[in-house]
Amino acid sequence: MQGLDFSIVPEYWPLIGKGLWWTVVISATSAVLSVVAGIGFALLVLYAPPVLRYPVRAFMWLFMGTPLLLQLFLIYFGLVQVGIDIPALWSGIIGLSLHFAVYNADIFRAGIASLDKGQTEAARSLGFGAWRTRVYILVPQALRNTVPAIGNMMIALLKESSIVSMIGIAELVHSAQLVISETYRPFEFYLTAAALYYVLNLVLEAILRGIERKVELSR
Amino acid sequence: MNDIRPMIEVRGAQKFFGPLEVLKGIDFSVARGQIVAVIGPSGSGKSTLLRSLNHLETLDGGEVWLDGVKVNQTLGRRAFERHINGVRQQMGMVFQHFNLFPHLSVSENITIAPIRLKGMARAEARALALKMLDKVGLADKIDAVPARLSGGQKQRVAIARALAMQPKVMLFDEATSALDPELVDEVNLVMKQLAGEHMTMVIVTHEMRFAAEVADRVIFMADGAVVEEGSPAELFRNPKQERTRSFLKKFLNG
Ligand SMILES: Nc1ncnc2c1ncn2[C@@H]1O[C@H](COP(=O)(O)OP(=O)(O)OP(=O)(O)O)[C@@H](O)[C@H]1O
Ligand SMILES: [Mg+2]
Repeated sequence: MQGLDFSIVPEYWPLIGKGLWWTVVISATSAVLSVVAGIGFALLVLYAPPVLRYPVRAFMWLFMGTPLLLQLFLIYFGLVQVGIDIPALWSGIIGLSLHFAVYNADIFRAGIASLDKGQTEAARSLGFGAWRTRVYILVPQALRNTVPAIGNMMIALLKESSIVSMIGIAELVHSAQLVISETYRPFEFYLTAAALYYVLNLVLEAILRGIERKVELSR
Repeated sequence: MNDIRPMIEVRGAQKFFGPLEVLKGIDFSVARGQIVAVIGPSGSGKSTLLRSLNHLETLDGGEVWLDGVKVNQTLGRRAFERHINGVRQQMGMVFQHFNLFPHLSVSENITIAPIRLKGMARAEARALALKMLDKVGLADKIDAVPARLSGGQKQRVAIARALAMQPKVMLFDEATSALDPELVDEVNLVMKQLAGEHMTMVIVTHEMRFAAEVADRVIFMADGAVVEEGSPAELFRNPKQERTRSFLKKFLNG
């Protein structure tokens, strides 16, 4: 049995740090895209004509019912076969974004549906059309009301982002694995990676709390 | 007031909810600057009638005219949407439950429609908001959020919001029935002040005393029909119909 020795961690910091950086970039990009796409899907599911609405619903249902890993493989390895070659990094970001967009869409849809009918009536009575009512009155309120639920999704996204290591993206977990294959020190480096995820989570939670407080203040 | 064309004209308004005939062919008109109060028992169709004026309810039969323009005209979907949005900009509506936009400040509640629908500049819109708030006695609340206001204040902001579109007509659907009794007067006062400025108004209300004070004409509805109408003096002191008499009696006895 080997003794634990964390003193070798700093030596590999450049590699680990790079992995951390990519985890942040991939998670942040996917978070933003998943929220934007989530709003789009929610609006389509609620208001688009049936020819659009039903395909979107089917797509959402498909993405909810299958594992993220499978979706990533499909985007990265599968699409090449039909001539769509997306680099690993973008495959990872697209996969994560779509996967969480579908959940976000469901949260937004419920958020919009739960708004008081009087909000729509007040807007319409002022002369707002159907779409302007949605854009200026309904969506902003749904966004505010769903901050906590969407926040939980983003925390899940941060952790799930490690799955993109499976298509060869050198994010945090993948970097740790590379270092481990060189040093044969799994415990030290997996623990280091875990600690870094924990710190990222703390930062994300602080940001989310900040947003929630801002929203609460204006209630 | 030399234009004799009525501001609002309703002919043969008919409305069904499923098999239930809620409006049974209603005719009435409101002259420019006139204040009409609509009273009647619960479920008689007062709200439905008021909401059909700005097409929040779609009539199944009959016509609504605003200042010589047919409100419920037959048009293609897009053209009608444009038309009705234009009509609604000319008719302010005040709801029982205020329906302020909770994600916007008081000033934004008032300026959003002028800015987004009329393309008004922000500074001009804010000045307008201040003017309207001043009218309803809430200039100091311009930067408050709706959640911090009392019910009476909320309703006054809702009135200011509607007024900021400079409508030709104001429609009130039981504007004070959701308020604590001590807050009713401040809202009624604002409505009286509008009456003094000759705003054309249709007021659905359960407050007979207020109707008598403010209205030029009172319409009594029951079961989806206008039973009787007249000046407040006629209708309240001297109701001709038995139905009106029994309603007023029940009402006055609590
Ligand atoms: N959206 C709707 N769907 C079905 N029935 C409705 C709808 N809105 C109103 N009704 C029915 O139509 C009738 C008239 O309703 P309305 O709200 O116009 O009455 P009201 O005179 O305003 O009553 P109140 O004094 O209680 O406000 C009632 O029987 C009511 O139940
Ligand atoms: Mg009513």
